Amino acid sequence: MARYIIRRLLQMVVTFVGATFVVYALMFANQNDPIQALAGDRPVSDNVRQVLTEQYHLNDPFLVQYGYYMRGLLTGDFGKTLTGRPIGDVMSDAWPNTIKLALLALFFATLFGIAAGLVAGLRRGSVFDNTTLALTLVVVGLPIIVLAPIAQLVFGVKLGWFPTTAGARPSLYGLILPALVLGAASTATILRLTRASVAENVRADYVRTARAKGLSARRVVAVHVLRNSMIPVITLIGVDLGTLMAGAIITEGVFNIPGVGSKLLLGIQTEDGPLVVGFVSVLVVVFLVTNLLVDLLYAVLDPRIRYE
Amino acid sequence: MSDLEMAATTELGVRPSGDPAAGPAATAKTRSLYADAWYDLRRNWIFWVASALVVLIVLMAVWPGLFSSADPTACNTRRQFAGPSGGAILGYDFQGCDVFSRTVHGARASVLVGVFAVLMTGVIGLVFGMLAGYFGGWLDAILSRVVDVVLGIPLLLAAIVLSKRLSADRQGSGIATVVIVLGILGWTTAARVMRGSVIAARSQDYVAAARMLGAGPLRIMWRHILPNALAPFIVVLTIALGTFIATEATLSFLNIGLRSPAISWGIDIATAGKHVRESATPLVAPSVFLTLTVLAFIMLGDAIRDAFDPKLR
Repeated sequence: MARYIIRRLLQMVVTFVGATFVVYALMFANQNDPIQALAGDRPVSDNVRQVLTEQYHLNDPFLVQYGYYMRGLLTGDFGKTLTGRPIGDVMSDAWPNTIKLALLALFFATLFGIAAGLVAGLRRGSVFDNTTLALTLVVVGLPIIVLAPIAQLVFGVKLGWFPTTAGARPSLYGLILPALVLGAASTATILRLTRASVAENVRADYVRTARAKGLSARRVVAVHVLRNSMIPVITLIGVDLGTLMAGAIITEGVFNIPGVGSKLLLGIQTEDGPLVVGFVSVLVVVFLVTNLLVDLLYAVLDPRIRYE
Repeated sequence: MSDLEMAATTELGVRPSGDPAAGPAATAKTRSLYADAWYDLRRNWIFWVASALVVLIVLMAVWPGLFSSADPTACNTRRQFAGPSGGAILGYDFQGCDVFSRTVHGARASVLVGVFAVLMTGVIGLVFGMLAGYFGGWLDAILSRVVDVVLGIPLLLAAIVLSKRLSADRQGSGIATVVIVLGILGWTTAARVMRGSVIAARSQDYVAAARMLGAGPLRIMWRHILPNALAPFIVVLTIALGTFIATEATLSFLNIGLRSPAISWGIDIATAGKHVRESATPLVAPSVFLTLTVLAFIMLGDAIRDAFDPKLR
């Protein structure tokens, strides 16, 4: 187990360095004049230009700049945005909102997905099964740029059940609608996978054994069927986290939530290299760590799985 | 059916004129893998619904004039949010453009981006997946690491950064840029799937037989492994077509994909979303068509996957 974790961690380092390098190169290599981009239409005096060039190592070769950046990153220093605000500050403002949104979305997705998937899997071919299956197909095909404005229109503007935008300090209630939108695609995929997995497991030998031992139907379903059906579902949740983070860019934009997604988008549009690379690096780490945790969770859920 | 026979029939089966058993009227016991899948597919209503939708969207992309004779760029702000009329059955949007006409003309960008991006990812994925799977060793190790790095960044995130960079450097029509972005980032899944099925096919008896008969690596890869490794690859690419169309719309929505003189559902959804309190139709119309298009390709991929999967029979 320990050897497996070490090997995975080493692979993660390679992926992390590769991914940050690619993003860094894309944001900084032969970019347009960032100092002018910072100043907008105003002219920049030579003095200011010199100080900024010095401060951001703009005259050094590309690889040296990347080296400086990684050194900062590893010591927890993300640098400053081009407007002079420490990126660590921007992150500590933005992350709580996005974490709240993502956890809420994941909560709704797993709750509805597993519950409905379990019922559909136990009653295959029923009306409930067919309706949810058709519904999930539509939801999977719904791009989030369609779902977010339409949900805002129907539940925010027309019905007035939820606030249309979350605002600067989003309340938990204001985040419910964005979270449902963000989690919709995951709900559908979790539902489908749970259904398929449950439908396969109810016919397994160990379920028949459990029934034959005289266990109650509730215990057979909750302990024997559900636990064994969760293995593929958990992988999916880990993989979905990436989709969730990317979807947050749209959802946060539409519902006006000051989170990681909207900050990142702003950074890209203003060509704020340090901000973008910093945020993307953290997102990549989150993504890699969740995938590792998911793989390790396998061993907990299914004791037969051993990592050598 | 032995592997050798199977390889032979499959090879013949991909050429419709070669083997009578491969035709649609096949009743013989030895149907090829593809004829078998087609036999199954014809009985699946989802396949026909999805195909009908795809045909409709492609017609809209090729001959938009068939559906709407109005000019999508003839806008007049005096008609802002005007209701439906004989000429414009869905009314007018914020700029006073014909909503229906814009929606119909928006199909072209989506289909072009989808088709070319899939061609590009298909070729890259096929070559990389085939080489990594067939030769293994250090080539496989390097390619797998590259795939890991690309997959380490979520697609949309990487697409945003990359298209921002590319569109800053070159002032062309946005479609080429979006295709390149999706091609560079999207091939990884296809390559992984191809690699997996090549590894599975590589150790089969018919490959060993071909090698003993003196076939070179290129011939083995092209004539023996490829036809037997193609099925999951086709499924992945069909679903990717839907995903790419959705990603194009998303990039255009964020104003980093196609830009305004171009007509794209993503652009129209973004503009209409800002004025949704005044009028909802300009938002709903492109949304419905975008969803139907994405859905059609996902359903098509699902149906093909089911047809190729013998376990579901």
